[in-house]
Amino acid sequence: MNAPTPTLDLQDERLVAPQTLGDSVRAAVRRVRDGDLGMLPVFGGIVVIWTVFQLLNRTFLSSTNLVNLSFDIVPVGFLALGIVCVLLVGQIDLSVGSVSGVAAAVTALVMVTYEQPVWLAILAAVASGCLIGFVYAQGFNRFAVPSFVMTLAGLLAFLGVQLWLLRGQNAINLPYDSDLVQFAQLWFMPAWMSYLFATVAAAGFFATSLVGARTRKRAGLSAPATGLLVFRAALVLAALGFTVYYLNRTRGVAWMFVLFVVVVLVMHYVLSRTKFGRSIYAVGGNPEAARRAGINVKSVYAWTFVMCSTLAAIGGVLAAARLAAATQSTGTGDVNLNAIAAAVIGGTSLFGGRGSAFSALLGIVVIQSISSGLTLLNLDSSYRFMITGAVLVLAVALDSFARRSRQAHGRG
Amino acid sequence: MTDPESPVLSLRGISKSFGAVAALADVDLDVGEGEVVAIVGDNGAGKSTLVKVLAGVHPPDAGAIRFEGREVRLESPTQVHALGIATVFQDLALCENLDVKANLFLGRELRPFLLDDVAMEKRSWELLRQLSAKIPTLSVPIASLSGGQRQTVAIARSLLGDPKVVILDEPTAALGVAQTAEVLNLVERLRDKGLGVVMISHNMEDVRAVADRVAVLRLGRNNGVFDARTVSTEDIIAAITGAADNVVAQRASRTASKEAR
Repeated sequence: MNAPTPTLDLQDERLVAPQTLGDSVRAAVRRVRDGDLGMLPVFGGIVVIWTVFQLLNRTFLSSTNLVNLSFDIVPVGFLALGIVCVLLVGQIDLSVGSVSGVAAAVTALVMVTYEQPVWLAILAAVASGCLIGFVYAQGFNRFAVPSFVMTLAGLLAFLGVQLWLLRGQNAINLPYDSDLVQFAQLWFMPAWMSYLFATVAAAGFFATSLVGARTRKRAGLSAPATGLLVFRAALVLAALGFTVYYLNRTRGVAWMFVLFVVVVLVMHYVLSRTKFGRSIYAVGGNPEAARRAGINVKSVYAWTFVMCSTLAAIGGVLAAARLAAATQSTGTGDVNLNAIAAAVIGGTSLFGGRGSAFSALLGIVVIQSISSGLTLLNLDSSYRFMITGAVLVLAVALDSFARRSRQAHGRG
Repeated sequence: MTDPESPVLSLRGISKSFGAVAALADVDLDVGEGEVVAIVGDNGAGKSTLVKVLAGVHPPDAGAIRFEGREVRLESPTQVHALGIATVFQDLALCENLDVKANLFLGRELRPFLLDDVAMEKRSWELLRQLSAKIPTLSVPIASLSGGQRQTVAIARSLLGDPKVVILDEPTAALGVAQTAEVLNLVERLRDKGLGVVMISHNMEDVRAVADRVAVLRLGRNNGVFDARTVSTEDIIAAITGAADNVVAQRASRTASKEAR
């Protein structure tokens, strides 16, 4: 029997290319056992947590509660997305909570105290986030202050700024009828539009993967079979369709949630499909190699710090909007650690160079599910802190363990 | 193939000092097309400094450099690479978390705002096939490759900009027997492609296996250039250490006389 000439990338005889569906499954299992866990732990975590809480309280998986969850994940989710950026270059930002608190205070101050329009308030808050990130970058690049110390100092200093901006008031309330508060509490996508979006997203996913496969085939490289692409797209359509249907049984798909998902998708595109994103991974993996490859390492660090603080500021604005107030406690307490925990639980490595934008989305779903479930059970915050702490340690331990296993099996 | 009349890269009177220490003093070096020049020398002879001068990391204090017949200045790694001189440092400078094709194109990605992964993968395969490289798949992170494979990736990466001269800093250090042979094959393939190769090495066997000429550095100065086909290892060692009666020769004669007894 004469086998057809293998494609350019499958010519090495040592390569064990999966032929059947069974081969693919076995290859996936081997990858996981070698420590290439990817998104598996976080999906597993969500399933376990949702099952446990649903058994303890019948309302946990109700449409009403999931709609609330879709609101509640967004502010800290933005913080977690920022944390993903700095973790990818192997740095850390411990001050995202304080920065979000400052942004919330700035928003309230400009909107309420100075009676300026909403857009100006948001702009001022986001700009202050940018500025803070710039200051961190200067400290890190010019004076070689470790990011850990720099942002730990920032945690304290910007908490001070937040309190100073509030001028001793416990809280500045935002007017309920402002667009910002309405956006974070009441604005939902019309049902027909949400179904349309789900369909368009699945179709877009299918089209891009089909075009990608065609291009690979034309270039003489191996490409996934069209049947597989159809199957994947159908899976995406079913998942999106069911989510939209379930949320629409009560209030629907919140615009704030849509905003977060879109920002996550944009971040995913930047990280995986642009030269800048590639340089972020390179700097996280080996800064010296990145420098020799002609990458401006300092500017990559600077941009990630600015991105992180800016995303934290957006999170702060949305936190204020969600609560309809900027308070002394906005962004304090467990917010910092929740954001970091979310990024790590989602699969972004603390050691730099590994992770993705989706880890912020999935990680924050885990964190916020725990918080929401415990609230439904009428347990106070002491339990929430303990359980979240335990989950964080579990996630980091899993990350370290998987890292060792990857090294042993040569998967980096 | 050596054409001493018009070497592709030619150094005259290169000097470089670090404070009071003259790391390189009045060094000359010629590299022709399709020629492998080995640079040997003891620790502190100035080999690493010479590599850094050639890579544009340390601009020389004095001296003239001609590349393809034109007078050039080597001022920064990027400028030197653009000129057509590629350097593979000893530590290879690869990102272990990125896969082979991402490493090959690091800093030179095609289509910055929508990476052209397909074109990059295709070009990577062509490049690796040219070098007869034994790398089964490009989508694995560098961490999973052996030392020889990593050296191959690093050399392949240096070839992406179509350089005229490739500088290899200790390419066989820390490699096993088979992997060393693979890298030496690779060096010969570079020569057959018509590239000038400068190879820094401590290993006399490797030098004699692939080099056309051997340039010896001693205490920052030229200490002879030999034809690799005719020179004996003893002569090279004598030039490296600076005397026929050196510690290596003494040791050799002592062992020989022991065996005689």
